Amino acid sequence: MASSARSTFTGYLSRHGLQLVAGMVLVTGAAFLAVIPPRFIGAIVDDVNAGAPYGSIVVLSLGMVGVAALEAILRGLGRYQVIDASRVVEYEMRNDLLSHLQRMHLAYFQHQRIGDLMARLTNDLTAVRQMYGFGVLMTTGTTATLVFSIASMLQVNVKLTVITLVLMPVASASFWAIGRKVNRKFQQLQAQFGDLSTKAQENFSGIRVVKAYSQEEPEIEAFGEVNAEYVRRAIDLAKFNGLIWPAMALIIGVAVLATLYVGGIDAISGDMTIGQLVQFVAYLYLLQWPMIAFGEITNIFQQGWASLNRLQDIFDARPAIADPIDPVPTAVRGEVEMRGVTFAYGSTIVLRDVSFRVPAGGSLAIVGPTGSGKSSLVNLIPRLFDAQRGEVLIDGVNVTRYPLRTLRRAVGYVPQETFLFSVPLRENVGYGREEELPADRLAWAADVAQLDKDVQDFPAGYDTMIGERGVTLSGGQKQRAAIARAVAKDPRVLILDDALSAVDTYTESEILRRLRGVMRERTSIVVSHRISTVKDADEILVLDEGRIAERGTHLALLERGGLYAQMYRRQLLEEELEVDEEQLAHERRVASESEAEPGRQMPRLPREGEMTEGPV
Amino acid sequence: MVMQGGGGGHSSGGAFQEDEIFGKAYDARMMRRLLHYVRPYTGRVVVSLVLLLLLSATQVAPPIIAKEIIDQAIAPAVGKQIPVAEGLSRLGLYGALYLAILLASSVLRYAQSLLTAIVGQEAMYDLRLELFRHLQFLPLSFYDRNPVGRLMTRITNDIDALIELVSKGVVSIFGDIFVLGAVMIAMLFLDIRLALVTFLAMPLLVGLTIYFRGMMRDSFRAIRIRLARVNAYLNETLSGMSVVQLFTREPRTFGQFDDLNRDLYRANVGAIRAMSTFQPTVNFTRAMTSAALFLAGGWWILQGEMTIGTLLAFWQLVEQFFRPVLDLAEKYNIMQAAMASSERVFRLLDTPRTIGDPPHPVELAHVRGEVRFDNVSFAYNEGDWVLRDVDFTIGAGESVAIVGATGAGKTSIISLISRFYDVQRGRILLDGTDIRDLRQRDLRRHIGVVLQDPFIFAGTIASNIRLNDETISDERVRAAAKFVNADRFIDRLPEGYETVVTERGSMLSVGQKQLLAFGRAIAFNPEILLVLDEATSSVDTETEHLIQDALEKLMRGRTSIVIAHRLSTIQNVDRIVVLHKGRVVETGTHRELLVGRGVYHRLYELQYRAHQVA
Repeated sequence: MASSARSTFTGYLSRHGLQLVAGMVLVTGAAFLAVIPPRFIGAIVDDVNAGAPYGSIVVLSLGMVGVAALEAILRGLGRYQVIDASRVVEYEMRNDLLSHLQRMHLAYFQHQRIGDLMARLTNDLTAVRQMYGFGVLMTTGTTATLVFSIASMLQVNVKLTVITLVLMPVASASFWAIGRKVNRKFQQLQAQFGDLSTKAQENFSGIRVVKAYSQEEPEIEAFGEVNAEYVRRAIDLAKFNGLIWPAMALIIGVAVLATLYVGGIDAISGDMTIGQLVQFVAYLYLLQWPMIAFGEITNIFQQGWASLNRLQDIFDARPAIADPIDPVPTAVRGEVEMRGVTFAYGSTIVLRDVSFRVPAGGSLAIVGPTGSGKSSLVNLIPRLFDAQRGEVLIDGVNVTRYPLRTLRRAVGYVPQETFLFSVPLRENVGYGREEELPADRLAWAADVAQLDKDVQDFPAGYDTMIGERGVTLSGGQKQRAAIARAVAKDPRVLILDDALSAVDTYTESEILRRLRGVMRERTSIVVSHRISTVKDADEILVLDEGRIAERGTHLALLERGGLYAQMYRRQLLEEELEVDEEQLAHERRVASESEAEPGRQMPRLPREGEMTEGPV
Repeated sequence: MVMQGGGGGHSSGGAFQEDEIFGKAYDARMMRRLLHYVRPYTGRVVVSLVLLLLLSATQVAPPIIAKEIIDQAIAPAVGKQIPVAEGLSRLGLYGALYLAILLASSVLRYAQSLLTAIVGQEAMYDLRLELFRHLQFLPLSFYDRNPVGRLMTRITNDIDALIELVSKGVVSIFGDIFVLGAVMIAMLFLDIRLALVTFLAMPLLVGLTIYFRGMMRDSFRAIRIRLARVNAYLNETLSGMSVVQLFTREPRTFGQFDDLNRDLYRANVGAIRAMSTFQPTVNFTRAMTSAALFLAGGWWILQGEMTIGTLLAFWQLVEQFFRPVLDLAEKYNIMQAAMASSERVFRLLDTPRTIGDPPHPVELAHVRGEVRFDNVSFAYNEGDWVLRDVDFTIGAGESVAIVGATGAGKTSIISLISRFYDVQRGRILLDGTDIRDLRQRDLRRHIGVVLQDPFIFAGTIASNIRLNDETISDERVRAAAKFVNADRFIDRLPEGYETVVTERGSMLSVGQKQLLAFGRAIAFNPEILLVLDEATSSVDTETEHLIQDALEKLMRGRTSIVIAHRLSTIQNVDRIVVLHKGRVVETGTHRELLVGRGVYHRLYELQYRAHQVA
């Protein structure tokens, strides 16, 4: 895994190698220029001491400004190149990750939680970008400054250099030791932060029990304890964290003092000039940053590398469902067939030996209790999953032999859980089409899905934004929008996976009536809990624990007196109860208001949660 | 949704829409409220400020001592004005002083940072606890409106931002000002002319900082908005990946994402430019200031009006002069974030406790347990009635089952008796007293509630039964568990009653959790029992039997109101109340109601008999 992460790292690196190397060269150049001004300062001091003409001081001072300007330009350009390259890498990586994820099969997203993927695409990507950006920048800058400064110091005074360089490892070692301690304390604090969050979360989630048992005060006390421990650990961390800067200042101070003292003795004995002494102190100031930066650099690379490995996990995942190597280039008519299909999620078998055939233009309905495998069955047709055994065929050709694009274009699918995108309604309905949906198509699809009347109430009609920043649709509206979306695609095969569950029975029958018109030439497969949805299908399959328990037409199945007939009786009772609700609702309506629409007779009020929500 | 967003007051805000924190960096009213929490620590704050003053002095001292080393020791010795030995001894003396100052400075810096951290932590400990306390007493309707994740953000991250403000913001602003002041005073004392030359850099530096900060702020704002867009799009695409794939939208989705992503990259350009040029520009300004010092100082030294040490002291002080100015600009961001956080925290603290205790509560000496709904109407949201004119009385010791279809208002009855919500019309009476005239504590002490999804707290089995009530002895815990048939599974646990159960009780089965909740209810020996007993399909037959048996025993001899799911339960109660669309439509015994062939009859056919069949 590490080796592929390495190749990923170098891959992006080499693609922007020129920019990165240019940046590094520029920064190195800046570091080289940075060691020149101290020479000028030393010279100025010596000149002043020697009473040299003022002109030479002017020249040196202006020279200093010139070098500093050049340095600033080089450094600015260098930093820009490197940081920009890191942003480009981030941009490319983000695109590559999405592009890769789009090819992944559905099961992958069920195993990898979306939250986890998002964390990788945000936090880990940031850490990797920082590795390419500040990581590279700091490594270059720090190394170059270190090398050039020490070289210059050696030129000035070897003895002083050795003395101060002895301090360096002491400094680095003590920072390392403090850093380790800080890290440990920080982790302890983080753990307590976790406990604090957990305690709060538990309390807020269980607030009913807390209140029911008057546990507020004990809970406050318990939270107080966790809170106090958090404070204790935070202060504990501060005890070590607070050491870093004083220690840093002390070490630099001691180095300067050592230079002044030892250098002072040398100056008095004539081994070195005061100017050289000052020049040396200037180098010490240059060195203070690299001394602490090394810890920071290690940190950036460690985090960046760990993050890169987590991103690599995504890149390494292979799509289990992909285009065939030798695809069949064929138009789809719409005959759907399964032969001895067995399908399992992991070790749980959900479909056993399922076989059926729907001719092009035919209709099939699937009913059965929750967990009987209905959704899994229809999922196999557009290859959201692949069957382990048996064959799923369209027009007699195994679905795995179609290019995914051809297959999925031919299938209009309305999933059980409606997912709409935060785009205008128009785009949601036209989601499956390459070009924008013509107005008449849009109106037609909305009419079929019985969405058109709702749209009239929306603030901007079909241009109304869907989702949190627009209109929040009710469950029924969402389902109808999803139906419109599938119909607008003009598919050869239409699959409704329990897609009318939140739609009231009246609207449902209206939709079904219109769909029958649309589907005359097309194949339809309808999954439902409701008998009313499926009773007109050419064939009805009753699934039970993954097997086809019964099959036949509505009448034949009723006659059989099995599971289907049982379901039917139950639903009749339910409807009876609903009639009663209607009655009540009706009375209430009459009693409370009198603004019922005269033209449109509704057999029953929409259920709870189905009422049209106005613009938010 | 994947993550809990921290949307402030404005709606839920979506998972990846960040809080807008570009508010004011200083809000006097917020600041006063915040300072209120620091007031108890005034003494330590004063000490901290004194330490800062001393610290700023020790920071200015080294360059001045260095000046003396050069002017009094090295230069005269080199120039043979004093003997070498004298020079060396002066060098040693100043060196020792320098070292002493260094050490003092380090100690002061450490003590000060620690003290400030302590003040920040402790003050915010108080605020965090106050916030938690306030939340405990907010009504359930508040919790219905506010997702747990949002409350979590307030009590964790927002408070932490305030700690930052106290320990790194406010105090270090004083620190920066003190250092700046000390440096300026030192410069003026050393040489007024050179000081003025140095001060010339100040407007330049301030101008630069304002310019770059502004540039970065605009840029960061643009970046944040675009980053939120990219991440929201990404989140949505990943969540709806099956739709993307089914509708073969991959190329267009990628295209749109690329647009957003490119847009984000472009928004970064400004920030990159600012980030890469700011530091070099400041460095250059510093170099220019030094050059100006050498030009001016060199002239005056050559004129014999200034010593070389003074010039060098200035050269060193320039660094100390620049840092606080740059730091102060940095503080702006901390302040801004903290102001936004404090606004959110205080808004939460200002949420009124709409359900409170009455000023003159009625004391109930002895509770018999008669519950009466006196024409109660109730809505969670104004006008959307859940209960309408509900009127019934449950005698002391009577057991009543409430049945009805989903959404009939059954759960609300339980919530109302516990006074989780207040009714809009009518009254609820306990032994003839309006429950709003009782202390909530007193009311709830007499009520045992078993909820649908039994909540298990992190702790042990025993602590989950007695909760935090230490007056409930171990024996009583055991007796309660035994009474509700929970002892069997508890005895089988590795540590028995001391077995640690995790958050949300993940190691216990649903049935076991239910039994545990029964045990909890009985340990408190309430006069009134409320049971929410909805369908739990995942309970095995043996546990199911234990639950039924326990429930029967629990209800014996105390007023019991059960939202019943089990047929056995409704068959055993004294009376059944049938709710339909928020109204009481039928009451009577199981037998009577069946004969009536009304709503109950159909419900029975549908729910209970069907379950018996399945």
